Amino acid sequence: MNKLSLIGLLSLVIRRDLVLAMRRRADVLTTLIFFVIVVSLFPLGVGPEIDMLRKMAPGVVWVAALLASMLSLGRMFSADYLDGTLEQMMLVPQSLSVLVLAKILAHWMVSGLPLVIMAPVLGLQFDMPAQALWVLIAALLLGTPILSMIGAVGAALTLGLRGGGALVSLLVLPLCIPVLVFGAGAVEAVVSGTNVSSHLSLLGALLVMALVFTPWVTALALRISME
Amino acid sequence: MNWSEFFAMKGYAWYIWGSYGMALLIFIIEIVMVRHRKMLTLQQLQLMRNAEDDMT
Amino acid sequence: MAINWFKYSSPSTFYGVAGKMVPWFAWSAAILFVAGLYISFFVAPTDVQQSEAYRIMFIHVPASILSMFIYLVMAGYAALGLIFNTRLSSMMASALAPTGALLAFLSLWTGALWGKPMWGAWWVWDARLTSELILLFLYLGFIALHASIDDPRRADRASALLAIIGSVNVPIIYFSVQWWNTLHQGASVKFTGTSMHVAMQQGMYTMMLAVWLYAIAVSLLRVRCIILERECKAQWVSELVEVRR
Repeated sequence: MNKLSLIGLLSLVIRRDLVLAMRRRADVLTTLIFFVIVVSLFPLGVGPEIDMLRKMAPGVVWVAALLASMLSLGRMFSADYLDGTLEQMMLVPQSLSVLVLAKILAHWMVSGLPLVIMAPVLGLQFDMPAQALWVLIAALLLGTPILSMIGAVGAALTLGLRGGGALVSLLVLPLCIPVLVFGAGAVEAVVSGTNVSSHLSLLGALLVMALVFTPWVTALALRISME
Repeated sequence: MNWSEFFAMKGYAWYIWGSYGMALLIFIIEIVMVRHRKMLTLQQLQLMRNAEDDMT
Repeated sequence: MAINWFKYSSPSTFYGVAGKMVPWFAWSAAILFVAGLYISFFVAPTDVQQSEAYRIMFIHVPASILSMFIYLVMAGYAALGLIFNTRLSSMMASALAPTGALLAFLSLWTGALWGKPMWGAWWVWDARLTSELILLFLYLGFIALHASIDDPRRADRASALLAIIGSVNVPIIYFSVQWWNTLHQGASVKFTGTSMHVAMQQGMYTMMLAVWLYAIAVSLLRVRCIILERECKAQWVSELVEVRR
């Protein structure tokens, strides 16, 4: 087999993971439906006053997205771990971090991107103005990859443990707080008419930082869990 | 200053003694738990040792 | 004089050393607690603004500061264990975690009891309170991860990585919470109003030192248990006086 370039490897792993995910479409849909249901439950819990709902909307959508992205974390490495693919991946001559990055990106496309696409529809339920919907999409586009990346570290640390699902949420959720603050803050800023770009740039800075560090940390965590 | 006045803390007794009481409770619980853990560990080790002695 | 520090990094040596150190730390902690409480309640004058309620400070501030400091120390030990593969530092990290978590809880509890008379609410979403709550979550995550992995080596290394990530994240979290707080114009609470009376400072430093020594004593006790549990197969353990009985 000829030696793959980094980009080649990246796209190969992404395509593989996407194909695998498409074989099990139900899993993808479950996350999305969970997101929709959680957001739709909030008005039932707090009452239908549209003023209050409008005020709550950014926070509700963001918290629901956070919870929904926790749901799918367990699947990120577990199938590959169980059938031994992960062990083979560790032997690849290229760096494990690149492989991990590809898996994170694939995971985001399957479980993060649908949330971003669905979010404006849910925003309409809360009577969010059009401008706020655009900012919501932008913030989610910047924020959900960070959630996948931080989640990847948690998923790698809890690989193959009993009770992994609840445990991974316990580890990852506190670390996701900055994303929640800036993400929901951006949408609230546009509603209240203050500066949006500072929130989005801070989210972008977090994204760049996560992009640099988390694949490497996740690879380290995988090595710890696999030895 | 008499003692009842001291314990009343000018009306803040609940808050102050609640804080220090919880501190005391936490310290005591922690110490008791560590000692209990040590006792359990030593028991375990003694059992292991006795089992080894029985085998030889 | 050169001391061979690595000698003390072997669990068997450290077990004995720690056993000798515990009474010293414990007794000095006890003495300082008595002295600190005496200063806090009988020497320090009544505050002009807060009346007697400010006396909660003498336990609240040491608990908060130490809970943060212990997290950093724990992450440091965990990093040492991860990088140099020294078993003892990983054991130290897992021995510190429960003490730190309890102090974080104590800080929240006393903070709530101080907040009720001063701000009229048990809890306000102040940046410091929220960060302390998140710190407690981080401690709980560390403990839960360590407890759910059976293989001690993997448990040490995985939770070490988590502690390091957590300590890198703490400044980001604190900054984001502060940002969030200023945006929402939340309760602007200032603890540091007027300059503190000398006796108040003395009381606080004495209490801080006492809690510090207590934390050292109790985590040394706990690390001794952990050493015994981990090394239960070793020859030196079965030759200990405690075990031979």
